[in-house]
Amino acid sequence: MHLITCPWCGPRDEAEFAYRGDATVARPAADAGIDAFYDYVYTRANPRGWHTEWWHHAAGCHQFVKVVRHTLTHAIAATGKPTDTLPVPAE
Amino acid sequence: MTRMHRRPAMRARTGGHIDRDTTLTFRFDGRELTGHPGDTLASALLAHGVRIVGRSFKYHRPRGIYTAGPEEPNALAGIGTGARRTPNTKMTAAELYQGMVAESQNRWPSLRFDALAVNSALARFLPAGFYYKTFMWPASFWEKVYEPAIRRAAGLGRAATEPDPDHYEAAHAHCDVLVVGAGAAGLAAARAAGESGARVILAEQDFLLGGGLLADPVHEGWRREMTAALEALGNVVRMPRTTVFGYYEQNMLGAIERVADHLPEPPPHTARQRYWTIRAREVVLATGADERLIAFPGNDRPGVMLAGAARAYANRFGVLAGRRAVLFTNNDAAYATVEALAAAGADRVTVVDTRPLGPAAAAARTRGVEVLPGHEVVGAHGGRGLYSVEARARGGDGGFQIDADLLCVSGGYNPAIHLASQSRTPLAWDSGIAAFVPGTAAGQRSAGAARGRFGIAAAARDGMEAGGAAAAAAGFARRPAFELPAGGADPDLTVAPFWEVTARGKSFVDLQHDVTTADIRLAHREGYEHIEHAKRYTTHGMATDQGKTGGLVGAAVLAEARGLPVEAVGMPTFRPYVTPITWGAVAGHHIRREFAPIRRTQLHDWHVRRGAEFLEAGLWLRPAFYPRPGEAPWDAILREGAAVRRSVGICDVSTLGKIDLQGADAAFFLDRLYMNTFSTLAVGRARYGLMLREDGMVFDDGTTTRLADDHFFITTTTANAGRVMEHMEFHAQTVWPELDVQFTSVTDQWAAMSVAGPNARRTLAKVVAGLDLDNAAFPFMGVADATLAGCPVRVFRISFSGELAFEVATPAGYAAIVWEAILEAGREFAIEPYGVEALGLLRIEKGHVAGAELNGQTTAADVGLERMAKKKGDFVGKALAGRPGLTDPARPRLVGVRAVAPDQQIRPGAHLLEAGSDRSLGWLASVTKSVEPGGWIGLALLSGGAARHGQRLQASFPLHGESVEVEICSPHFVDPENARVRA
Ligand SMILES: [Zn+2]
Repeated sequence: MHLITCPWCGPRDEAEFAYRGDATVARPAADAGIDAFYDYVYTRANPRGWHTEWWHHAAGCHQFVKVVRHTLTHAIAATGKPTDTLPVPAE
Repeated sequence: MTRMHRRPAMRARTGGHIDRDTTLTFRFDGRELTGHPGDTLASALLAHGVRIVGRSFKYHRPRGIYTAGPEEPNALAGIGTGARRTPNTKMTAAELYQGMVAESQNRWPSLRFDALAVNSALARFLPAGFYYKTFMWPASFWEKVYEPAIRRAAGLGRAATEPDPDHYEAAHAHCDVLVVGAGAAGLAAARAAGESGARVILAEQDFLLGGGLLADPVHEGWRREMTAALEALGNVVRMPRTTVFGYYEQNMLGAIERVADHLPEPPPHTARQRYWTIRAREVVLATGADERLIAFPGNDRPGVMLAGAARAYANRFGVLAGRRAVLFTNNDAAYATVEALAAAGADRVTVVDTRPLGPAAAAARTRGVEVLPGHEVVGAHGGRGLYSVEARARGGDGGFQIDADLLCVSGGYNPAIHLASQSRTPLAWDSGIAAFVPGTAAGQRSAGAARGRFGIAAAARDGMEAGGAAAAAAGFARRPAFELPAGGADPDLTVAPFWEVTARGKSFVDLQHDVTTADIRLAHREGYEHIEHAKRYTTHGMATDQGKTGGLVGAAVLAEARGLPVEAVGMPTFRPYVTPITWGAVAGHHIRREFAPIRRTQLHDWHVRRGAEFLEAGLWLRPAFYPRPGEAPWDAILREGAAVRRSVGICDVSTLGKIDLQGADAAFFLDRLYMNTFSTLAVGRARYGLMLREDGMVFDDGTTTRLADDHFFITTTTANAGRVMEHMEFHAQTVWPELDVQFTSVTDQWAAMSVAGPNARRTLAKVVAGLDLDNAAFPFMGVADATLAGCPVRVFRISFSGELAFEVATPAGYAAIVWEAILEAGREFAIEPYGVEALGLLRIEKGHVAGAELNGQTTAADVGLERMAKKKGDFVGKALAGRPGLTDPARPRLVGVRAVAPDQQIRPGAHLLEAGSDRSLGWLASVTKSVEPGGWIGLALLSGGAARHGQRLQASFPLHGESVEVEICSPHFVDPENARVRA
């Protein structure tokens, strides 16, 4: 079970959060076309290693937290607010 | 406890950690026996000379007590009676209490005579993989023959059938240093960390602290001093009876504290067990080592026991496990058992040592012990007990018998690496001790025997260093200083591995699952040569003891068959749980009605008084209908629906999701969230909205009201309230964080009731003040504030039923007053409260879609709402709703369905077929008996849609063997011109 540091609430148990997937994809412009939206909704890299993702503090402050997590070791390198740019470790 | 009891035959007069001043009585298989505080069930049974304590899983061979701890494979009991009986409890870890009732397992009808022991005679027909092979063919035998036979024979123990009367707690703890295990290393680690100032938790599965020290009288003084020192440290929490069972990411560990298992029943208001979630900055694993068995024919006989266990019974419990003992060893450490048995009064101990004569053997000889160096045990003979051991010179022919009632076995020690392995710490092969040892990982280190530092002094020193290092890593630099144990040199524990004696007969590597060396070799011959495959094929190491005593031996046999060193074959992955835990502890308080919270509306008590039948809608309890005495459900539902069509009804709709949205960009935000437009909505007006997911499918619907330019009130369906909120939060916070919007759920703050029917206005007009309800002043989709019975209300002129209708919302606390006032006002119109069933009936008649149609697989066009889409501007789902697959004109579209014979029931889920065809054209989503059209009607999704109006199809439900003739029609059975809602 992860211990996730919510920027608003501090370190909280994973049980308080809901996973909301890849935070590296951005919603395309309205006129970007079906293919761009298809990639936005469906195409994922599924990396083995560091991954920036959304965790919703659903049983807490209801804010989305950006989390840099290692998909193999579950280590968490950084957490931040949605508009933060978080450094991703090299490996 | 007051009766005088004679001292059991095998109990020494003095010594050990038991309280001889108190005598406990208990029952084992109906026989009354005695023990003392400090005993385990196993030690008390051994004190009485009980040898057979169970039958094995597959062959039903008689089995005795094999270990003195939680690694026990054989001695499993059902403990307790009735609802409190717990199966598969290890007798070797079960703390004895007054009145304990224990039953042996896996035997029928009795331990001494077991009917299924015939399996033993059939052993050559029960090889590894037996279940997979035998029961494959013929298929028709499966249900009638094989499965019942397997069910009778399989399974360990019997669970209690009544509900568990005890309760279980969940608890969380945080610490700087968690020390797992309170042997020499763990005590030293906890003290070192504790004296540095760190917050320390010391968890120990046993009820006494000390681990191996408890079987070592030489160091008893040091053990006492250490436990006293820990007790004096306020920052060290000692947790005996606490098994750490799992090691999860980021140094989170799971543990079970057995709060009351050592008592006949938990004291009042006390949990039986506590499920701990412990988060530690640093972890010291001082989990000790498990002695390993040696595979030889008959190594499972009652009377065969690990050497360390015999020593523990003698030194810790004052119990002599046998009078004429043989020790079979490949290492020096096991010689401590010779001394312990002699001191406890054994008549004779003979040592069979696999090695040439060494110093330990020579020293034993000088004390008069018979030692046979370079020998091996090739058999253990006896039926229900051991009477002789057969030995021979290693690898020689023939053999000779040694009269014996106890055979102690030691194949060396395996560090208990289960937790370290779970944490993905790398394991390395240590050829000196012929075992895997753990390395270190971030925030974690192993200490003492758990990493191969055997012997009390070495383990204590290692523990002290590990505890100090862990505290330093957690930020506590103060270096502790205390005395390490003095006296008694540590034995040399390097061993040449000795796994197996090759001789005729069954040599077990897994006693609990009856896996033999022959089974492992068979698995290899049949291609299951990877350790993970061999494990599953033979079930080796998959029993409740997780192969702690024989796991590595089985791996070594496989390695030999493959021609590889054992370290190349490795061990299967260790996973939680290190030892079995109780399901009750996992469930905690989340059982029965506490499994999930229940949400009740403000009007719940009124519904109960009115005799409502309730149904669960998500977490909500909602009235389904309000039957009159003796009234059948459908009669009640039709009566309630008819009241709305003919006069007036009232329905509690408080469960709808409600969201208050404010901000300069609120209207713009809604335009992006919904497929239709809200920025053009006038203040004081409501509008129906349809929300898509980004993949283009319909997500949710509801009405949204504009209360001010920058203030909206949104309603969602009951089922999707939480999901819509999360969807809005995701888009506001991460997709368009630049928008000025704020919103919050107000579902619980507002009660809401729908007043529907031709007399709805006349009813409300009597009680609503401050609002003219006349059609011209307050038209369809109008919204306004007013008062009702002195309470503030917000009135919405919206309709789900298709009738003239108003929704009255009021701050939750006023709900009952407003509800009762409307009922009173409607009395002259015979107002009826109606439940969710009539609500569904009415909306199906009207052709309004709900959850059954908006099931996540339908588009706006599928349900006939495509014209709502705005032409200009972006909204969620806009792009992907245009995908070819979603715009295919052949997609099933919403239609109405009526049974040709009106009384003929139709079912949701039925497929629509042309007569004589088996090709599905669509399906029925919702059905109901109806009021206005009469008979069974439904809403369906049908390929061809409106083009099929007037056609006759079959509604086929193969599970019930049903096929009902239906006619396709418009989904709007009632008032298709929408005149009533505007009346
Ligand atoms: Zn938070």
